[in-house]
Amino acid sequence: MAPGAWWEEPVHPLERAWVVIAAVIAVGFFSATMLLWHAFGQQNVTGRAYRVDPKAYQAEVERFVQRYKVGEEAGQPVVAPPPGSDVYLLAQRFRFYPILRLKAGERYVLHVASIDYLHGFSITQPHVWNLQLYPGYEWVVPFVPREPGTYHMACNDFCGVGHEMMLGKIVVER
Amino acid sequence: MAQPAEARTCPVTGFRVHRAAEDLVKANAVAAVVALLLGGIAAIVVLFTRWMGAFPPEVFYQYLALHAWNLLIFWIIFFEIALLHFAGSIMLNTRPASPAVGWLAFALMVLGALMVERAILTNPLNHLSFQPYPPLRGTPDFYLGTILFAVGALLGVGLFFATVYKAYRDGTHRGPLPLVVFGAFVAAVLAVATLLVGALVFVPAFLWSAGILPELNPFLWKVAYWGFGHPSQQINLAATITVWYLLSQLTVGGRTPSEKVSRAAFVLYLVAINLGSAHHLQTEPSGALSVGWKWINTGYLMHLAVLGSMIHAFAVPGSVEVGQRLRGHTRGLFQWLVRAPWHNPAFSSLVLSVALFGFLGGTTGVIAGTEQLNLKWHNTTAIMGHFHGVVVAGTTLAFMGITWYVLPLVFRRQVVGERWARWQPWLFGIGVGLLVLAFLQLGVRYGLPRKQPDIFRFRGLPLAFAWPGEVYALLTVAGIGGLLALAGGALFVALVVATVLFGKRLTDEELRRAYAIPLPAGNPGHAPKELPAVPGTFVLCLAFAAFFVLMYLGNYWNLSRAWPLGR
Repeated sequence: MAPGAWWEEPVHPLERAWVVIAAVIAVGFFSATMLLWHAFGQQNVTGRAYRVDPKAYQAEVERFVQRYKVGEEAGQPVVAPPPGSDVYLLAQRFRFYPILRLKAGERYVLHVASIDYLHGFSITQPHVWNLQLYPGYEWVVPFVPREPGTYHMACNDFCGVGHEMMLGKIVVER
Repeated sequence: MAQPAEARTCPVTGFRVHRAAEDLVKANAVAAVVALLLGGIAAIVVLFTRWMGAFPPEVFYQYLALHAWNLLIFWIIFFEIALLHFAGSIMLNTRPASPAVGWLAFALMVLGALMVERAILTNPLNHLSFQPYPPLRGTPDFYLGTILFAVGALLGVGLFFATVYKAYRDGTHRGPLPLVVFGAFVAAVLAVATLLVGALVFVPAFLWSAGILPELNPFLWKVAYWGFGHPSQQINLAATITVWYLLSQLTVGGRTPSEKVSRAAFVLYLVAINLGSAHHLQTEPSGALSVGWKWINTGYLMHLAVLGSMIHAFAVPGSVEVGQRLRGHTRGLFQWLVRAPWHNPAFSSLVLSVALFGFLGGTTGVIAGTEQLNLKWHNTTAIMGHFHGVVVAGTTLAFMGITWYVLPLVFRRQVVGERWARWQPWLFGIGVGLLVLAFLQLGVRYGLPRKQPDIFRFRGLPLAFAWPGEVYALLTVAGIGGLLALAGGALFVALVVATVLFGKRLTDEELRRAYAIPLPAGNPGHAPKELPAVPGTFVLCLAFAAFFVLMYLGNYWNLSRAWPLGR
């Protein structure tokens, strides 16, 4: 039986070429793109996060709602904070609170946290992006609602039976 | 009938097959197929709920949990343990180091699996599939079942290592491990790491559920959980690729163009691939997980593992091309492919599994795992698209393919309904392919949430909303694909059960005639001096690379049109 010393076999030039191509694409191109997007891209998962006491966060959201409340819809307050301000969202079984009314093209600083379970923050229809929420962590991240329209939110991380009812809404006006 | 001998020599492969190993392979394979059947039945409820809202949400969550645990865990891991018994004992011509440990492992796994099934069937708290994050809390028996199953699997893996050691000690195997055993060995090492991390999450979850631990930190738990959850899929990846190499040897006498490169690619998995857990932590609050951490973990090191996969993407088709060229199909770039044994369901399973895994499962995994691109993918149906492309079209189809050899060579029965078996991979592969394509588009383009059973009514709430018409059309595509896949899965289970129960017993002579490994014959591992070049594979891989880069850039273009975030 031949010992089959595979580490001494020569590698065919075509396969060697493929290994080089694959390395350039995977290790070079993919990794570089992620980094470059941080420098030049407009959509990045950056911002800050804090440990936060759920009760304190809930109180903070309530103050925000009282300050900028402009109406009610579907049993939820509708809140219209001024452009450039901090906006607050609260996730809990089974709602996103409150409904936001924003100006298109303006920059806001989003504060969002769950006060009970893990939830998925998804602006789904029309589809914008998705974030992961944890109980006890407050995300602080700037964003720009670019196009006007009505944006529907749904929780996309299973948070118990009833998860399918966890909806929210952001209205972006011209 | 006389008592079968302690060992026999396989007339097809020349391996020394010990009855103890063969029985363990059989038991684990049977358990795997039972789990496949249960998970497939649960898939009916899942499919019709997502397609047309046929079942209420609470029923959906329950059947989703059954579907997930049976298919992603029980079917695949029982099959992998069977594979380890085959690779460790049969391919190295030795008796298992301790058949008793093999049976203990099997018993623990069966017991654990039954406990999980019972927990899901009896208590809605356990309707947890693979995002079972605290504070969601199952009952203690649910977590205990997962722990017993994992301990059993760990024992099975330990037995594999002991058996490999025994083969060298007793001299039943000399020299380097054959490539297939090498791949299985890598899968086994990954399995040990994975199962130990699994203990790190499920043992505390059990204690917490039993009221012994007061609370769990949801954030730390999720980070650790994916240190188990994603690596468990890397075991599947290594096992799937191992089966691909094995299938190429059995169906066309294939051999990798370079043992050195293929083995190096497996080693890259060992080094880097378990960091893929960071894929699940891309849209987490940054500050809790820094950008640098994400970049290193998924970007740099994970892409070393991607490099490993791209090497296999060359070496596996290359192995088929080498085998075919050695058999004389040498004309042009693709005669080897045209003249391949397409009538052999194991071969068409191999081709479909490689193609669907590569184009649909693999590329989407890299894209979804890219930090910024994950913003569009996270927890949408696109993720379902990705993992069905990997573990269903890839792993499951590969395991189904090798089963067409397990039945004659291990069970020594002629496959019942061979003509039907030819269609099985196509039915299953095309079905899953359609399902995956629809889910990908629904997720990335339309943001359809995963684990959402009531997207048509949202329980009639005031904030309910309607989807664009294309969503319903794509759901129909997914539904039809799902039905085809179910038909393919049912056909597989029916043929396997019929074969094991009623298939004609095969003599050595019949086996040799029907299943002889094409030239070059004999034990894989010692090649003719000069292997033919594989230009056809090179061209196919260039096309794949172009597709991959375009998909990647296309996803960034799609993201660039979303609301600015983080600046």
